[in-house]
Amino acid sequence: MNRVSRRWFLTATAATTLGVTVAGCGKSDSSAASPKGNVDFWTLQDPTNSVQKAAVSTFNSTGHGKVSMSVIASDGYKDKLRTGMGSSKMPGMFFNWGGGSLNDYVKAGKLVELDEMLEAYFLPSALEAGKVDGKLVGVPCRGTQPVFLFYNKKVFAKANVEPPKTWADLTELVKVFRRRGVTPFALAGNASSSWTELMWVEYLVDRLAGEGLFQKIQDGDWSKWQDPAVLKTAEMIKELVDDGAFGKGFGSVNYGAGGTSTLLNKGKAAMVLMGSWEYAVQQGEAPDFARNDLGYVAFPSVEGGKGDPKNVVGNPTNYISVTTAAPKETAAEFLKTTYSDAYVQGLVEKGEVPVTTNAGKLLEKAADPAYAKFQFDLVQAAPYFTQSWDQALGLTLGTPLLTEIQKLFNGQSSPEQFVSAVLAIKK
Amino acid sequence: MVSATTSRPVSKHRVRDRAAPPTLERPGVAWALPGLLFFLAFAVAPMVGVLYLSFTHWDGLSTPQFTGTENWSRFFGDSQVWQSTLVTGILLVGNIAVQAPISILLGVWAAGHQRNRAVLSAVFFLPLLLSTAATAIMWRQLLDPNFGLPAKVEWIFGANPLGTRSGAIACLVLVTSWQFVPFHSLLYQGAARAIPHTLYQAAAIDGAGRVRQFFHITLPQLRNTMITSTVFMVVGGLTAFDIVLLLTNGGPGTDTSILPFSMYQTAFRTYDYGYASAIASFLLLLATAASVLLTKLSGYDKMTSTLEGV
Repeated sequence: MNRVSRRWFLTATAATTLGVTVAGCGKSDSSAASPKGNVDFWTLQDPTNSVQKAAVSTFNSTGHGKVSMSVIASDGYKDKLRTGMGSSKMPGMFFNWGGGSLNDYVKAGKLVELDEMLEAYFLPSALEAGKVDGKLVGVPCRGTQPVFLFYNKKVFAKANVEPPKTWADLTELVKVFRRRGVTPFALAGNASSSWTELMWVEYLVDRLAGEGLFQKIQDGDWSKWQDPAVLKTAEMIKELVDDGAFGKGFGSVNYGAGGTSTLLNKGKAAMVLMGSWEYAVQQGEAPDFARNDLGYVAFPSVEGGKGDPKNVVGNPTNYISVTTAAPKETAAEFLKTTYSDAYVQGLVEKGEVPVTTNAGKLLEKAADPAYAKFQFDLVQAAPYFTQSWDQALGLTLGTPLLTEIQKLFNGQSSPEQFVSAVLAIKK
Repeated sequence: MVSATTSRPVSKHRVRDRAAPPTLERPGVAWALPGLLFFLAFAVAPMVGVLYLSFTHWDGLSTPQFTGTENWSRFFGDSQVWQSTLVTGILLVGNIAVQAPISILLGVWAAGHQRNRAVLSAVFFLPLLLSTAATAIMWRQLLDPNFGLPAKVEWIFGANPLGTRSGAIACLVLVTSWQFVPFHSLLYQGAARAIPHTLYQAAAIDGAGRVRQFFHITLPQLRNTMITSTVFMVVGGLTAFDIVLLLTNGGPGTDTSILPFSMYQTAFRTYDYGYASAIASFLLLLATAASVLLTKLSGYDKMTSTLEGV
């Protein structure tokens, strides 16, 4: 059929084997001897890294050592990092998503525990995902990305309704919009976008059982999936799907422009549950809509649930972690720049909402201060910020979990089958 | 070799041409060395490495730990693997069934001298110029139920083409065919051009019509090309991955998670390189067996020409 994929296959096997060889050589001592020196810093290729670039060049002129930034394309970043961390070419500092991805590195003894003094400079709910077993191994370096409901103000005004505050409101709205021929919630159910479905599961479990349930699962007690709240969540989702809350063809819908975002800004869908970056996507695709008609509210409370309705889920932020390959003093000094006014302001100008304690006063400079303030307040007021489960668990457990969630939404498995399938992921 | 044959005056020594002159020797082993080294380093060595890894547990960070046949016993008891094999098989058969007839007809047509043939051929061959990634992403947008083709012609695509098992498989066959029919047509076009005109002339004198000529001359003459093309499809199909990753991501659920895709997911998403290597080894075995079987069954290995006796 094609030679491209065959070639891919050969390269892949070659890469795997080369990996073995590299890992074999990687046994040599990679820990740094002198406290000052050159730190190789791996980061993502994205528009926001210009802020980091500026921080690096300022830092390099202070005489605490030298940081050299390696910019890596986002698509292969995690794979490359994983391979790099297993080799002698391990970076000294690296950009990451916190949570489960750091677990393996800590277990393999690759990371350095960071100074607890740093914690005072950041919002507590955003620090959680930077810790492994209570030890700080990642320092926030980007804005926060909570998940909440976006809605089309025009569609709501036409139907003469208000955004939902409770689950009862939400199910009522589903009926209202169905009657009007509008898809109540845009949802990207295409298999590559099952993380958008995950957001629903995360919020419902948190609202029903509180943050403790997933926390225990994340800490290793996989049997906690048997909790009735999980089954209840699955049943509520099945009900939503059966009631047509996501429309009938959501299994083929893509995330973003041309998919869910377009559904929302064209008024074909009333709401979408999405991360804060949806705003930027809308700005890119439909600037007028983003300015005038894009509304946002927190995820509704669920009647009878044990969770705090102020809790949020999403990506608390991104982190910088330090490995044993980095000269200690240089790395420690560099981490201090991540909460400097200049750095935080740089992030704000890029449209990010930093999670530093000094961010509040700097948000006035944001392009849309109201939106920035909404997110900052949401995260600041949140007693707990649950990190996206796939990130928190790491991909080893997260990938099969996403598959099971997808099957639940597609109706390929019943709520009961969902629970037992998820339980079977980790024996 | 080439210079040995061309430097001799051809017309005078016709008889001597038949028997190889004693001065002409087979090229030494040294000639094969660069290719052999390359093959050893980039094909055989990785294969041996993969085979070794399939007996270990390795997360990519620590040293691989030897676990004996653990991966393999898990492999043979894994229902997902058998489902993947089944889906791989379905896709394979589907692709051959759709692509082979279309590309034979298109290739034979393109070999002719009709009006507008060159222009139309160029248009037909266009998908060949696009990368698989671009093709898959383009089709994923085209298959959007709200803004894509299904919104306009729902009776063809259904309301949710990628959300059901049969729909997703059909989409994969459609998109793969769309992309690779031009490639196979090109093979058939070349082969059809090489069929001697005398055969058609003789058939025409005997009163054979176009259809009869096609079935009794063109098709038999294309036998070797069909085998080549099918081997490409089988081996390519067993290792096709990019299109699945980008178009369906193995979904819905794990319904289109073909073997190469589940190998990729096991290795690079869940970091279980040991088990992924077991899948890879199985895949390698399957692909090799399929091409050996195909060449044996078809007599391709005997290298007989379709032009014998012409």
